Amino acid sequence: MTKGLYLIIRHERLTDNVYRLVVEGDTSSILRSGQFVNIEIERFYLRRPISISDYDGNTISLIYKVVGEGTEALTHYKEGREIDLLVGLGNGFDTDTVCHKPLVIGGGVGIPPLLKLTKELITKDKQPTVIICFNTKDEIFLYNEFKSLGVDVLVTTVDGSYGVKGFYSDAIKESGIKYDYYYTCGPLAMLKDIHSTLSVQGQISFEERMGCGFGGCMGCSHKTKSGYKRVCTDTIINSDEVLFD
Amino acid sequence: MNIKTELCGLPLDNPIIPASGTFGFGQEYKDFYDLNILGSISIKGTTREARFGNPTPRIAECKAGMLNAVGLQNPGVKAVVDIELPELKKIYLKPIVANVCGFSLDEYVEVAQLMSEVENVGWIELNVSCPNVKHGGMSFGTDACCAAEVTSAVKAVSKKPVIVKLSPNVTDITEIALACQEAGADGLCLINTLLGMRLDLKNRKPLLANVTGGFSGDAVFPIALRMIYQTAKVCKIPIIGCGGVSTARDVIEMMMAGASAVQVGSANLINPFASKEIIEAMPKEMKKLGIQNLTDIIGVAL
Ligand SMILES: Cc1cc2nc3c(=O)[nH]c(=O)nc-3n(C[C@H](O)[C@H](O)[C@H](O)COP(=O)(O)OP(=O)(O)OC[C@H]3O[C@@H](n4cnc5c(N)ncnc54)[C@H](O)[C@@H]3O)c2cc1C
Ligand SMILES: Cc1cc2nc3c(=O)[nH]c(=O)nc-3n(C[C@H](O)[C@H](O)[C@H](O)COP(=O)(O)O)c2cc1C
Ligand code: FES
Repeated sequence: MTKGLYLIIRHERLTDNVYRLVVEGDTSSILRSGQFVNIEIERFYLRRPISISDYDGNTISLIYKVVGEGTEALTHYKEGREIDLLVGLGNGFDTDTVCHKPLVIGGGVGIPPLLKLTKELITKDKQPTVIICFNTKDEIFLYNEFKSLGVDVLVTTVDGSYGVKGFYSDAIKESGIKYDYYYTCGPLAMLKDIHSTLSVQGQISFEERMGCGFGGCMGCSHKTKSGYKRVCTDTIINSDEVLFD
Repeated sequence: MNIKTELCGLPLDNPIIPASGTFGFGQEYKDFYDLNILGSISIKGTTREARFGNPTPRIAECKAGMLNAVGLQNPGVKAVVDIELPELKKIYLKPIVANVCGFSLDEYVEVAQLMSEVENVGWIELNVSCPNVKHGGMSFGTDACCAAEVTSAVKAVSKKPVIVKLSPNVTDITEIALACQEAGADGLCLINTLLGMRLDLKNRKPLLANVTGGFSGDAVFPIALRMIYQTAKVCKIPIIGCGGVSTARDVIEMMMAGASAVQVGSANLINPFASKEIIEAMPKEMKKLGIQNLTDIIGVAL
């Protein structure tokens, strides 16, 4: 983990309430896709955890949705301003698992970390198929970024205003794609459904309210088959370890 | 500039001690900085059996502070004595503060006894003030008789000084403090968290699964300071100040109000380097205020 000031070099609106924030600074503590940062926002006591959507040698790209007061305040941060981040938190996705055709399934603001994941999977000679799920056409973001990687990208909308009407499962059914593994991040209901429906193994990214983000407070614990884990240090869990209550 | 102090007869290189529950068993912080800069470390509250604690959400935010309802998640005293404390000893060479909790008198006594036999335990911190567990914790610390009873029972078995950590959720803190002192406590730590709650406005329901949680962070500093001051006026035993400390000035203020050492809690969670940065800032703050020896200012405001 590193703590430091990061310079905002880009801050743009992607949809009605989803923003992309690109910052510049030390990225040496980021080891894998699926890790997150914890952002200090002026006047708010706790930091806000946001997944790393993409990164390189000196930039980090974050995509966040405005859901409450903290994320709302963040939208007013201008390019050129510095923000205090804890960087390189969480365990991240393991892309060395034995598989050839993994499904990468994201829902809503669970989608951002899957961008860098998909890039990593491609580098490791795997052939991912990406399924990104939204409620409606106007909410779609990152589609072009995924598309430009040259992988198959399926979009679903609950109301059918774009792509496949329905959920991730409808996209699998309609396209008849073959897969031997999965990676997923998104709303709890989707994660539960994927875990109970898909017959292959996979990795699931979890969310919880956090006090610290680095293992210090025990605020984020959840039960797994191999005992208690902290979501902040074990954000991503193998499907065979997962316990839903 | 001398930042050394003393706690129940044991020397401290400086008064800063990360507070229980905000520093795990030290391991989570060891890659951030060399922990040996710290005066001591208070470990996560430990019970006889392993505990998962409360369901989530366990954390909520509020203005200038936070609520937690962790509910004493810990691996149980055996694992702490056999694994956590030896592991901590490898990276932290000084005596630590063992925070002990229980659901019965017997449990407090048993856990405290086992802990007090461990070499790197310098002090027993009796947590009679956890607001997040039912039938234990705080119920021992909000009644002067109960608090005195636990204190004397633990004193009878402990090989190390016993510091009783008090709850601010009482009408008169001095009544409990005096009862603990009379029961043989070697020191007091105040304060633990205040009982609070938040609602989730969308669901129209309590935000924390436990409904209520312990309120801590910057906002509680004046309450902690007031309680330290009131207690220091009537008690002779040393006090560890705790509650809302995030700067070297806060440390000095608490010491002037009567604290011999100071714990830093929630501040570590939002800035993992907080305790170290406070220690490093001490000499400069002391210089500004014309303080040569930190021990000179303990209780000067009384
Ligand atoms: C590991 C992790 C990665 C995340 N990645 C992203 C991402 O890439 N993009 C994105 O839009 N969102 C992400 N989230 C969710 C994001 O953290 C919350 O939406 C955000 O904290 C809400 O803050 P707020 O002040 O606007 O909301 P408020 O409701 O006002 O926040 C109050 C408190 O609750 C916490 N909180 C509220 N909702 C959540 C939540 N869903 N998860 C965790 N804490 C919450 C806040 O952090 C804050 O402490 C992630 C969460 C986690 C745990
Ligand atoms: C997440 C969290 C967990 C805590 N766990 C314990 C505990 O196990 N035992 C204890 O005596 N106090 C516990 N506390 C209370 C702190 O040690 C401290 O007394 C309190 O937070 C006030 O200090 P602060 O405002 O600096 O945080 C906890 C506090 C927090 C925030
Ligand atoms: S958020 Fe503090 S331990 Fe996970």
